[in-house]
Amino acid sequence: MTAPTIETPRSPQGRGRTGQRSNFELYSWLFMRISGLVLVFLVLGHLFIMNMLDGGVQRINFAFVAGRWASPFWQSWDLIMLWLAMLHGTNGMRTIINDYAERDQTRFWLKMLLYVSAAFIILLGTLVIFTFDPNIG
Amino acid sequence: MATTTPVGTLYRGGDGMWTWVLHRITGVSVFFFLFVHVLDTALVRVSPEAYDLVIATYKTPIVALLEVGLVGAVLYHALNGIRVILVDFWAQGPRYQRAMTWVIAGFWLVVMIPGTYRMMTHTVEALFGSTP
Repeated sequence: MTAPTIETPRSPQGRGRTGQRSNFELYSWLFMRISGLVLVFLVLGHLFIMNMLDGGVQRINFAFVAGRWASPFWQSWDLIMLWLAMLHGTNGMRTIINDYAERDQTRFWLKMLLYVSAAFIILLGTLVIFTFDPNIG
Repeated sequence: MATTTPVGTLYRGGDGMWTWVLHRITGVSVFFFLFVHVLDTALVRVSPEAYDLVIATYKTPIVALLEVGLVGAVLYHALNGIRVILVDFWAQGPRYQRAMTWVIAGFWLVVMIPGTYRMMTHTVEALFGSTP
């Protein structure tokens, strides 16, 4: 009778048999924590300014947006917040899809849909911040 | 007795699981709102009228309640995220993880009670006009 063998902790499972290993999951784990910390300030600050300061959401209109985006400070705030929040959220959704979609095909197509729509929103938002015209219409 | 191997998730019951479940639910909710929010903001490239028309829905009482929910979801996600970071990186984090759950619950209430009051005051004033 032989003693049961226990796999070495963190030995590569399935993948990596070819010797090709990537640290992508480590970097994505780290990115969630770093972007999360930055987003705490950017998003809670944004929510406080937009919903609580002065008249809250009641005072928001085109002129209000024009006033804010006249300043490079708020343009940068919104741009960094857009990119970090979208990448943070997309990576979170990727994790959730990997957890719950069990069929390979389902997982693949859900993630494709996620990546394409996220890329669209990031590009659209970036374009809007950079091409904003206060004298439109 | 047959032993079962846990698959899928790491947490099985208790407050550790529920904070994790809430983290996922609030995260997904905020992510979907973010999509909508970038799209409505993009209307500033169409015309001031189109933007103001859509933003008007954010000022209605029912949507104002949803905004309170949004703030609550973001705040929970932020606080619990900080707790997760402390559990991961602070040597004493795992020992105090349950205490930190109570701290964030308390902090959440301390911010949400006056925050909800303030957001609702804006809504009521817009509906009935502010009294001096």
